[in-house]
Amino acid sequence: MKKRFSRRDFIKITAVGAGAAVIPGCSNTITWEEFFQTNFKEMSPQEIKHLLAGLEEKYTKEYGVKFTVKATPAREGVVFGYALDLSRCIGCRRCVYACVKENNPSRDVQIQWIRVLRMKKGEFNLEESEHYYDPDKVPEDGYFYVPVQCQQCENPPCVKACPVKATWKDPDGITVIDYNWCIGCRFCMAACPYRARKFNWTKPLIPKDEMNTDTHYLGNRPRMKGVVEKCTFCVQRSRDGRYPACVEACPVGARKFGNLLDKESEIRYILENFRTFRLKEDLNTQPKFFYFFSLGWG
Amino acid sequence: MKKALLFIIIFTICPLTAATAGSNNNDYPAYPPKILSSELFPCSSCHAGMEPNILKRELTFHGEVKIIGHAEHERWCLDCHDARDRDKLRLINGSTVGFDRLFRLCGQCHGPTYRAWRAGVHGKRTGRWDGQKQYYLCSSCHDPHSPRFKALAPEPPPVRPGETIRN
Repeated sequence: MKKRFSRRDFIKITAVGAGAAVIPGCSNTITWEEFFQTNFKEMSPQEIKHLLAGLEEKYTKEYGVKFTVKATPAREGVVFGYALDLSRCIGCRRCVYACVKENNPSRDVQIQWIRVLRMKKGEFNLEESEHYYDPDKVPEDGYFYVPVQCQQCENPPCVKACPVKATWKDPDGITVIDYNWCIGCRFCMAACPYRARKFNWTKPLIPKDEMNTDTHYLGNRPRMKGVVEKCTFCVQRSRDGRYPACVEACPVGARKFGNLLDKESEIRYILENFRTFRLKEDLNTQPKFFYFFSLGWG
Repeated sequence: MKKALLFIIIFTICPLTAATAGSNNNDYPAYPPKILSSELFPCSSCHAGMEPNILKRELTFHGEVKIIGHAEHERWCLDCHDARDRDKLRLINGSTVGFDRLFRLCGQCHGPTYRAWRAGVHGKRTGRWDGQKQYYLCSSCHDPHSPRFKALAPEPPPVRPGETIRN
Protein backbone atom coordinates (compact mmCIF):
# COMPACT_ATOMS: atom_id res chain seq x y z
CA MET A 1 0.00 0.00 0.00
CA LYS A 2 1.32 3.38 -0.85
CA LYS A 3 2.29 5.45 2.20
CA ARG A 4 0.29 8.62 2.58
CA PHE A 5 2.08 11.89 2.97
CA SER A 6 0.94 12.72 6.50
CA ARG A 7 0.51 16.05 8.23
CA ARG A 8 3.44 15.15 10.47
CA ASP A 9 5.73 14.59 7.47
CA PHE A 10 4.69 17.91 6.03
CA ILE A 11 5.51 19.75 9.23
CA LYS A 12 8.84 17.96 9.52
CA ILE A 13 9.89 18.91 6.02
CA THR A 14 8.74 22.49 6.41
CA ALA A 15 10.55 22.75 9.73
CA VAL A 16 13.77 21.38 8.27
CA GLY A 17 13.46 23.84 5.41
CA ALA A 18 12.80 26.74 7.75
CA GLY A 19 15.59 25.60 10.03
CA ALA A 20 18.02 25.42 7.18
CA ALA A 21 17.05 28.94 6.19
CA VAL A 22 17.36 30.32 9.71
CA ILE A 23 20.33 28.48 11.17
CA PRO A 24 23.21 29.66 8.98
CA GLY A 25 22.49 33.18 10.19
CA CYS A 26 23.17 32.30 13.83
CA SER A 27 25.39 29.27 13.46
CA ASN A 28 27.94 30.56 15.95
CA THR A 29 25.46 30.51 18.82
CA ILE A 30 23.35 27.42 18.17
CA THR A 31 24.18 24.25 16.32
CA TRP A 32 21.96 22.27 13.99
CA GLU A 33 21.80 19.46 16.52
CA GLU A 34 20.87 21.76 19.36
CA PHE A 35 18.11 23.28 17.28
CA PHE A 36 16.55 19.90 16.67
CA GLN A 37 17.31 18.48 20.11
CA THR A 38 14.33 16.81 21.72
CA ASN A 39 13.19 17.20 25.33
CA PHE A 40 15.89 15.89 27.68
CA LYS A 41 13.48 13.47 29.35
CA GLU A 42 12.76 11.77 26.04
CA MET A 43 16.38 11.31 25.01
CA SER A 44 18.00 7.87 24.94
CA PRO A 45 21.23 7.24 26.91
CA GLN A 46 23.19 7.33 23.66
CA GLU A 47 21.66 10.65 22.68
CA ILE A 48 22.46 12.09 26.11
CA LYS A 49 26.05 10.88 25.87
CA HIS A 50 26.40 12.46 22.47
CA LEU A 51 24.80 15.68 23.71
CA LEU A 52 27.09 15.96 26.75
CA ALA A 53 30.20 15.34 24.64
CA GLY A 54 29.08 18.06 22.26
CA LEU A 55 28.48 20.51 25.11
CA GLU A 56 31.84 19.76 26.71
CA GLU A 57 33.53 20.52 23.42
CA LYS A 58 31.48 23.68 22.93
CA TYR A 59 32.14 25.09 26.41
CA THR A 60 35.81 24.15 26.32
CA LYS A 61 36.15 26.04 23.06
CA GLU A 62 34.07 29.00 24.20
CA TYR A 63 35.66 29.55 27.62
CA GLY A 64 39.17 28.20 26.99
CA VAL A 65 39.06 25.82 29.97
CA LYS A 66 38.38 22.08 30.06
CA PHE A 67 34.74 21.38 30.99
CA THR A 68 33.02 18.25 32.17
CA VAL A 69 29.26 18.06 31.72
CA LYS A 70 27.50 15.16 33.42
CA ALA A 71 23.86 14.19 33.65
CA THR A 72 23.95 12.03 36.79
CA PRO A 73 20.37 10.76 37.27
CA ALA A 74 18.48 10.76 40.58
CA ARG A 75 19.54 7.96 42.92
CA GLU A 76 16.91 5.43 43.95
CA GLY A 77 15.74 5.67 47.55
CA VAL A 78 16.81 9.28 47.88
CA VAL A 79 14.64 12.35 48.35
CA PHE A 80 16.61 15.41 49.31
CA GLY A 81 15.59 17.65 52.15
CA TYR A 82 17.09 20.80 53.58
CA ALA A 83 16.80 22.43 56.96
CA LEU A 84 17.94 25.88 58.02
CA ASP A 85 18.43 26.85 61.64
CA LEU A 86 17.16 30.42 61.96
CA SER A 87 18.49 30.83 65.48
CA ARG A 88 22.01 30.29 64.12
CA CYS A 89 21.93 32.28 60.86
CA ILE A 90 23.74 35.61 61.23
CA GLY A 91 23.00 36.95 57.75
CA CYS A 92 26.64 37.05 56.59
CA ARG A 93 25.82 35.98 52.99
CA ARG A 94 28.73 33.52 52.81
CA CYS A 95 26.22 31.03 51.35
CA VAL A 96 25.22 33.45 48.59
CA TYR A 97 28.77 33.79 47.32
CA ALA A 98 29.67 30.13 47.76
CA CYS A 99 26.63 29.40 45.58
CA VAL A 100 27.77 31.92 42.95
CA LYS A 101 31.24 30.37 42.88
CA GLU A 102 29.82 26.86 42.50
CA ASN A 103 26.94 27.38 40.09
CA ASN A 104 28.18 29.74 37.35
CA PRO A 105 25.44 32.38 37.43
CA SER A 106 26.02 35.65 35.59
CA ARG A 107 28.14 38.10 37.59
CA ASP A 108 27.14 41.13 35.57
CA VAL A 109 24.12 41.45 35.15
CA GLN A 110 24.12 39.91 38.60
CA ILE A 111 22.17 36.73 39.34
CA GLN A 112 22.17 35.16 42.79
CA TRP A 113 20.13 32.08 43.73
CA ILE A 114 20.08 32.76 47.47
CA ARG A 115 18.47 35.86 48.91
CA VAL A 116 18.98 36.57 52.60
CA LEU A 117 16.02 38.40 54.11
CA ARG A 118 16.49 40.51 57.20
CA MET A 119 13.48 40.58 59.49
CA LYS A 120 12.61 42.48 62.62
CA LYS A 121 12.55 40.31 65.70
CA GLY A 122 9.04 39.80 66.97
CA GLU A 123 7.38 39.37 63.59
CA PHE A 124 7.66 37.26 60.48
CA ASN A 125 6.75 39.66 57.74
CA LEU A 126 8.04 38.66 54.31
CA GLU A 127 6.65 41.81 52.68
CA GLU A 128 8.58 44.15 54.95
CA SER A 129 11.77 42.12 54.98
CA GLU A 130 14.92 43.63 53.52
CA HIS A 131 17.62 41.93 51.46
CA TYR A 132 19.84 44.95 50.69
CA TYR A 133 20.97 45.39 54.32
CA ASP A 134 24.65 46.31 54.56
CA PRO A 135 25.94 46.99 58.10
CA ASP A 136 29.59 46.74 59.15
CA LYS A 137 28.95 43.67 61.24
CA VAL A 138 26.25 41.02 61.41
CA PRO A 139 24.16 39.97 63.24
CA GLU A 140 22.54 43.34 64.02
CA ASP A 141 20.61 43.96 67.20
CA GLY A 142 16.88 43.48 66.86
CA TYR A 143 16.97 41.51 63.61
CA PHE A 144 17.10 37.93 62.44
CA TYR A 145 17.86 36.58 59.00
CA VAL A 146 15.98 34.22 56.69
CA PRO A 147 17.87 32.94 53.64
CA VAL A 148 15.51 32.01 50.81
CA GLN A 149 16.34 29.92 47.76
CA CYS A 150 14.44 27.37 45.68
CA GLN A 151 12.30 25.47 48.18
CA GLN A 152 12.22 22.30 46.03
CA CYS A 153 8.46 21.99 46.42
CA GLU A 154 6.87 18.58 46.40
CA ASN A 155 4.00 20.27 44.56
CA PRO A 156 5.86 22.83 42.46
CA PRO A 157 3.70 25.55 40.87
CA CYS A 158 6.52 26.48 38.49
CA VAL A 159 6.40 23.05 36.88
CA LYS A 160 2.66 23.37 36.29
CA ALA A 161 3.14 26.81 34.77
CA CYS A 162 5.76 25.80 32.19
CA PRO A 163 4.01 25.56 28.82
CA VAL A 164 6.76 23.44 27.21
CA LYS A 165 7.75 21.06 30.03
CA ALA A 166 11.26 22.50 30.21
CA THR A 167 11.21 22.20 34.01
CA TRP A 168 10.19 19.19 36.07
CA LYS A 169 10.64 17.52 39.42
CA ASP A 170 13.11 14.62 39.33
CA PRO A 171 12.52 11.51 41.52
CA ASP A 172 14.97 12.74 44.17
CA GLY A 173 12.78 15.80 44.63
CA ILE A 174 14.95 18.34 42.85
CA THR A 175 13.14 20.56 40.37
CA VAL A 176 15.46 20.95 37.42
CA ILE A 177 15.47 22.97 34.20
CA ASP A 178 16.53 21.89 30.73
CA TYR A 179 18.01 25.19 29.55
CA ASN A 180 18.06 23.95 25.97
CA TRP A 181 14.30 23.42 26.07
CA CYS A 182 13.38 26.60 27.98
CA ILE A 183 11.73 29.22 25.77
CA GLY A 184 12.18 32.06 28.24
CA CYS A 185 8.50 32.87 28.74
CA ARG A 186 9.06 33.35 32.49
CA PHE A 187 5.67 31.88 33.46
CA CYS A 188 7.50 29.77 36.06
CA MET A 189 8.90 32.91 37.64
CA ALA A 190 5.44 34.36 37.96
CA ALA A 191 4.20 31.10 39.45
CA CYS A 192 6.93 30.76 42.07
CA PRO A 193 5.82 32.24 45.39
CA TYR A 194 9.41 32.33 46.71
CA ARG A 195 11.04 34.45 43.99
CA ALA A 196 13.52 31.63 43.54
CA ARG A 197 13.80 31.71 39.76
CA LYS A 198 16.04 34.13 37.89
CA PHE A 199 16.04 35.11 34.23
CA ASN A 200 19.06 35.68 32.02
CA TRP A 201 18.21 38.99 30.36
CA THR A 202 21.68 39.07 28.81
CA LYS A 203 24.33 36.54 27.92
CA PRO A 204 25.79 35.61 31.32
CA LEU A 205 29.08 37.33 32.01
CA ILE A 206 31.47 35.21 34.08
CA PRO A 207 35.25 35.75 34.28
CA LYS A 208 36.99 32.69 32.85
CA ASP A 209 39.05 32.06 35.96
CA GLU A 210 35.90 32.01 38.09
CA MET A 211 34.18 29.37 35.99
CA ASN A 212 33.37 26.09 37.75
CA THR A 213 34.11 23.47 35.10
CA ASP A 214 32.58 20.51 36.99
CA THR A 215 29.05 20.85 35.68
CA HIS A 216 25.72 19.07 35.38
CA TYR A 217 23.44 19.35 32.36
CA LEU A 218 20.44 20.22 34.56
CA GLY A 219 22.45 22.33 36.98
CA ASN A 220 25.43 24.61 36.81
CA ARG A 221 26.53 24.33 33.17
CA PRO A 222 26.90 27.70 31.45
CA ARG A 223 23.53 29.21 30.60
CA MET A 224 22.52 31.24 27.59
CA LYS A 225 20.60 34.47 27.19
CA GLY A 226 16.86 34.06 27.57
CA VAL A 227 16.60 31.12 29.95
CA VAL A 228 15.47 30.77 33.55
CA GLU A 229 17.69 29.31 36.29
CA LYS A 230 17.52 28.56 40.01
CA CYS A 231 18.94 26.59 42.92
CA THR A 232 19.17 22.83 42.29
CA PHE A 233 20.55 21.82 45.72
CA CYS A 234 23.86 21.75 43.77
CA VAL A 235 22.67 18.79 41.70
CA GLN A 236 26.23 18.33 40.40
CA ARG A 237 27.42 17.77 43.99
CA SER A 238 24.44 16.27 45.80
CA ARG A 239 23.89 13.46 43.27
CA ASP A 240 27.54 12.52 43.76
CA GLY A 241 26.93 12.26 47.52
CA ARG A 242 28.42 15.61 48.49
CA TYR A 243 26.88 18.42 50.50
CA PRO A 244 25.70 21.49 48.55
CA ALA A 245 28.16 24.40 48.46
CA CYS A 246 26.02 26.60 50.75
CA VAL A 247 26.02 23.91 53.47
CA GLU A 248 29.80 23.76 53.49
CA ALA A 249 30.21 27.55 53.37
CA CYS A 250 27.99 28.46 56.31
CA PRO A 251 30.28 29.66 59.12
CA VAL A 252 27.70 28.98 61.84
CA GLY A 253 26.54 25.57 60.63
CA ALA A 254 22.94 26.69 60.20
CA ARG A 255 22.43 24.70 57.00
CA LYS A 256 21.58 20.99 57.13
CA PHE A 257 21.08 18.68 54.20
CA GLY A 258 20.38 15.01 53.67
CA ASN A 259 18.17 12.17 52.51
CA LEU A 260 14.61 12.38 53.81
CA LEU A 261 14.17 8.62 53.32
CA ASP A 262 17.18 7.74 55.50
CA LYS A 263 16.12 7.40 59.13
CA GLU A 264 19.69 7.97 60.33
CA SER A 265 20.17 11.25 58.46
CA GLU A 266 20.68 14.63 60.11
CA ILE A 267 17.66 16.00 58.32
CA ARG A 268 15.39 13.31 59.74
CA TYR A 269 16.73 13.97 63.23
CA ILE A 270 15.81 17.61 62.86
CA LEU A 271 12.33 16.87 61.54
CA GLU A 272 11.69 14.45 64.39
CA ASN A 273 13.17 16.52 67.23
CA PHE A 274 12.51 20.15 66.38
CA ARG A 275 9.48 22.19 65.48
CA THR A 276 10.01 23.04 61.84
CA PHE A 277 7.99 25.17 59.46
CA ARG A 278 8.00 25.99 55.77
CA LEU A 279 7.48 29.26 53.98
CA LYS A 280 3.94 30.01 52.79
CA GLU A 281 2.59 26.62 53.82
CA ASP A 282 -0.94 27.81 53.05
CA LEU A 283 -0.16 27.66 49.31
CA ASN A 284 0.17 23.85 49.47
CA THR A 285 3.48 23.91 47.62
CA GLN A 286 4.91 21.50 50.23
CA PRO A 287 8.53 22.65 50.18
CA LYS A 288 11.31 20.23 51.13
CA PHE A 289 13.17 23.21 52.57
CA PHE A 290 12.45 23.44 56.31
CA TYR A 291 13.18 26.24 58.74
CA PHE A 292 13.59 25.72 62.46
CA PHE A 293 14.82 27.43 65.61
CA SER A 294 17.22 25.25 67.58
CA LEU A 295 17.40 27.82 70.39
CA GLY A 296 14.85 29.89 72.24
CA TRP A 297 16.97 33.01 71.87
CA GLY A 298 19.70 34.48 69.66
CA MET B 1 36.14 -28.88 79.63
CA LYS B 2 33.19 -26.87 78.35
CA LYS B 3 33.55 -24.44 81.25
CA ALA B 4 37.22 -23.95 80.51
CA LEU B 5 36.41 -23.21 76.88
CA LEU B 6 33.75 -20.73 77.94
CA PHE B 7 36.23 -18.97 80.22
CA ILE B 8 38.79 -18.75 77.45
CA ILE B 9 36.20 -17.28 75.09
CA ILE B 10 35.00 -14.77 77.64
CA PHE B 11 38.50 -13.67 78.55
CA THR B 12 39.56 -13.23 74.97
CA ILE B 13 36.41 -11.40 73.85
CA CYS B 14 36.03 -9.05 76.82
CA PRO B 15 39.27 -7.11 76.29
CA LEU B 16 38.40 -6.89 72.59
CA THR B 17 35.00 -5.35 73.25
CA ALA B 18 36.50 -3.06 75.87
CA ALA B 19 39.06 -1.94 73.33
CA THR B 20 36.44 -1.18 70.71
CA ALA B 21 34.27 0.64 73.25
CA GLY B 22 37.28 2.73 74.19
CA SER B 23 38.04 3.62 70.59
CA ASN B 24 34.55 4.85 69.77
CA ASN B 25 36.02 8.34 69.84
CA ASN B 26 36.89 7.67 66.23
CA ASP B 27 33.21 7.88 65.43
CA TYR B 28 33.71 11.63 65.15
CA PRO B 29 36.31 12.27 62.46
CA ALA B 30 37.04 15.90 63.20
CA TYR B 31 39.12 18.70 61.80
CA PRO B 32 42.32 19.09 63.86
CA PRO B 33 41.99 21.73 66.59
CA LYS B 34 43.82 24.98 65.99
CA ILE B 35 46.08 24.57 69.01
CA LEU B 36 47.87 21.57 67.47
CA SER B 37 49.28 23.84 64.77
CA SER B 38 50.16 26.59 67.27
CA GLU B 39 53.83 27.24 67.98
CA LEU B 40 53.07 26.89 71.69
CA PHE B 41 52.16 23.24 71.22
CA PRO B 42 53.12 20.79 72.67
CA CYS B 43 52.65 22.55 75.98
CA SER B 44 54.91 20.02 77.65
CA SER B 45 57.91 21.40 75.76
CA CYS B 46 57.93 24.21 78.36
CA HIS B 47 55.88 22.72 81.16
CA ALA B 48 57.77 19.42 81.43
CA GLY B 49 60.43 20.88 83.68
CA MET B 50 58.08 23.02 85.79
CA GLU B 51 56.60 22.19 89.13
CA PRO B 52 52.79 22.52 88.81
CA ASN B 53 51.38 25.34 90.93
CA ILE B 54 47.72 24.57 91.41
CA LEU B 55 46.84 27.81 93.22
CA LYS B 56 44.39 30.14 91.45
CA ARG B 57 46.29 33.36 90.62
CA GLU B 58 46.91 36.02 87.97
CA LEU B 59 49.26 34.54 85.38
CA THR B 60 52.36 36.41 84.33
CA PHE B 61 52.97 34.19 81.29
CA HIS B 62 49.82 33.37 79.22
CA GLY B 63 48.42 36.71 80.45
CA GLU B 64 46.85 37.14 76.98
CA VAL B 65 44.40 34.37 77.76
CA LYS B 66 41.32 36.16 79.04
CA ILE B 67 38.21 34.27 80.01
CA ILE B 68 35.25 36.31 78.81
CA GLY B 69 31.67 35.25 79.19
CA HIS B 70 32.53 31.73 80.28
CA ALA B 71 32.11 31.77 84.07
CA GLU B 72 35.29 33.79 84.50
CA HIS B 73 34.84 34.18 88.26
CA GLU B 74 34.40 30.50 88.89
CA ARG B 75 36.90 29.31 86.30
CA TRP B 76 40.57 28.47 86.70
CA CYS B 77 42.98 27.07 84.06
CA LEU B 78 43.34 23.70 85.73
CA ASP B 79 39.60 23.10 85.67
CA CYS B 80 40.08 22.11 82.06
CA HIS B 81 43.85 21.83 81.52
CA ASP B 82 45.49 18.87 83.21
CA ALA B 83 48.16 19.81 85.77
CA ARG B 84 50.26 16.70 85.27
CA ASP B 85 49.97 16.16 81.53
CA ARG B 86 49.90 19.62 79.95
CA ASP B 87 49.20 18.26 76.49
CA LYS B 88 45.87 16.91 77.68
CA LEU B 89 42.59 18.26 78.95
CA ARG B 90 41.12 17.15 82.24
CA LEU B 91 37.60 15.87 82.72
CA ILE B 92 35.68 16.31 85.97
CA ASN B 93 36.23 12.66 86.89
CA GLY B 94 39.99 13.17 86.73
CA SER B 95 40.63 11.36 83.47
CA THR B 96 42.28 13.13 80.57
CA VAL B 97 41.41 13.60 76.89
CA GLY B 98 43.42 14.99 73.98
CA PHE B 99 42.70 18.39 72.48
CA ASP B 100 41.27 16.63 69.44
CA ARG B 101 38.55 15.12 71.66
CA LEU B 102 37.72 18.31 73.54
CA PHE B 103 34.00 17.87 72.86
CA ARG B 104 34.01 15.40 75.75
CA LEU B 105 35.26 18.16 78.02
CA CYS B 106 32.77 20.78 76.76
CA GLY B 107 29.99 18.21 76.76
CA GLN B 108 30.26 17.77 80.53
CA CYS B 109 28.49 21.10 81.07
CA HIS B 110 26.87 21.69 77.66
CA GLY B 111 24.91 18.46 77.53
CA PRO B 112 22.11 19.40 75.14
CA THR B 113 24.61 21.10 72.82
CA TYR B 114 26.83 18.01 72.88
CA ARG B 115 23.83 15.86 72.04
CA ALA B 116 22.86 18.16 69.17
CA TRP B 117 26.46 18.19 67.92
CA ARG B 118 26.60 14.39 67.84
CA ALA B 119 23.33 14.31 65.94
CA GLY B 120 24.65 16.84 63.43
CA VAL B 121 22.33 19.70 64.39
CA HIS B 122 24.72 21.93 66.32
CA GLY B 123 27.94 22.72 64.50
CA LYS B 124 28.97 21.86 61.02
CA ARG B 125 30.07 18.92 58.94
CA THR B 126 31.59 18.86 55.50
CA GLY B 127 32.09 16.03 53.08
CA ARG B 128 29.37 13.62 52.04
CA TRP B 129 25.74 13.49 53.10
CA ASP B 130 25.79 9.75 52.28
CA GLY B 131 29.07 8.82 53.92
CA GLN B 132 32.37 10.15 55.17
CA LYS B 133 32.01 13.48 56.94
CA GLN B 134 34.45 15.72 58.67
CA TYR B 135 33.24 17.40 61.86
CA TYR B 136 34.08 20.85 63.09
CA LEU B 137 35.16 20.70 66.72
CA CYS B 138 33.77 23.04 69.40
CA SER B 139 36.98 25.03 69.21
CA SER B 140 36.81 25.32 65.41
CA CYS B 141 34.12 27.96 65.82
CA HIS B 142 34.25 28.98 69.50
CA ASP B 143 37.29 30.27 71.35
CA PRO B 144 37.09 28.11 74.49
CA HIS B 145 38.21 31.04 76.66
CA SER B 146 35.66 33.43 75.15
CA PRO B 147 33.11 31.24 73.44
CA ARG B 148 30.52 33.67 72.12
CA PHE B 149 30.50 33.58 68.31
CA LYS B 150 32.07 36.81 67.05
CA ALA B 151 30.19 39.16 64.71
CA LEU B 152 31.33 39.08 61.06
CA ALA B 153 31.43 41.59 58.24
CA PRO B 154 28.73 40.53 55.76
CA GLU B 155 29.42 39.92 52.09
CA PRO B 156 28.12 42.70 49.80
CA PRO B 157 24.37 43.00 49.24
CA PRO B 158 22.91 42.22 45.82
CA VAL B 159 22.81 45.05 43.27
CA ARG B 160 19.45 46.72 42.87
CA PRO B 161 17.46 46.14 39.67
CA GLY B 162 18.72 48.37 36.88
CA GLU B 163 22.16 48.71 38.39
CA THR B 164 25.14 46.80 37.13
CA ILE B 165 28.37 46.13 38.96
CA ARG B 166 30.35 48.17 36.43
CA ASN B 167 28.68 51.54 37.09
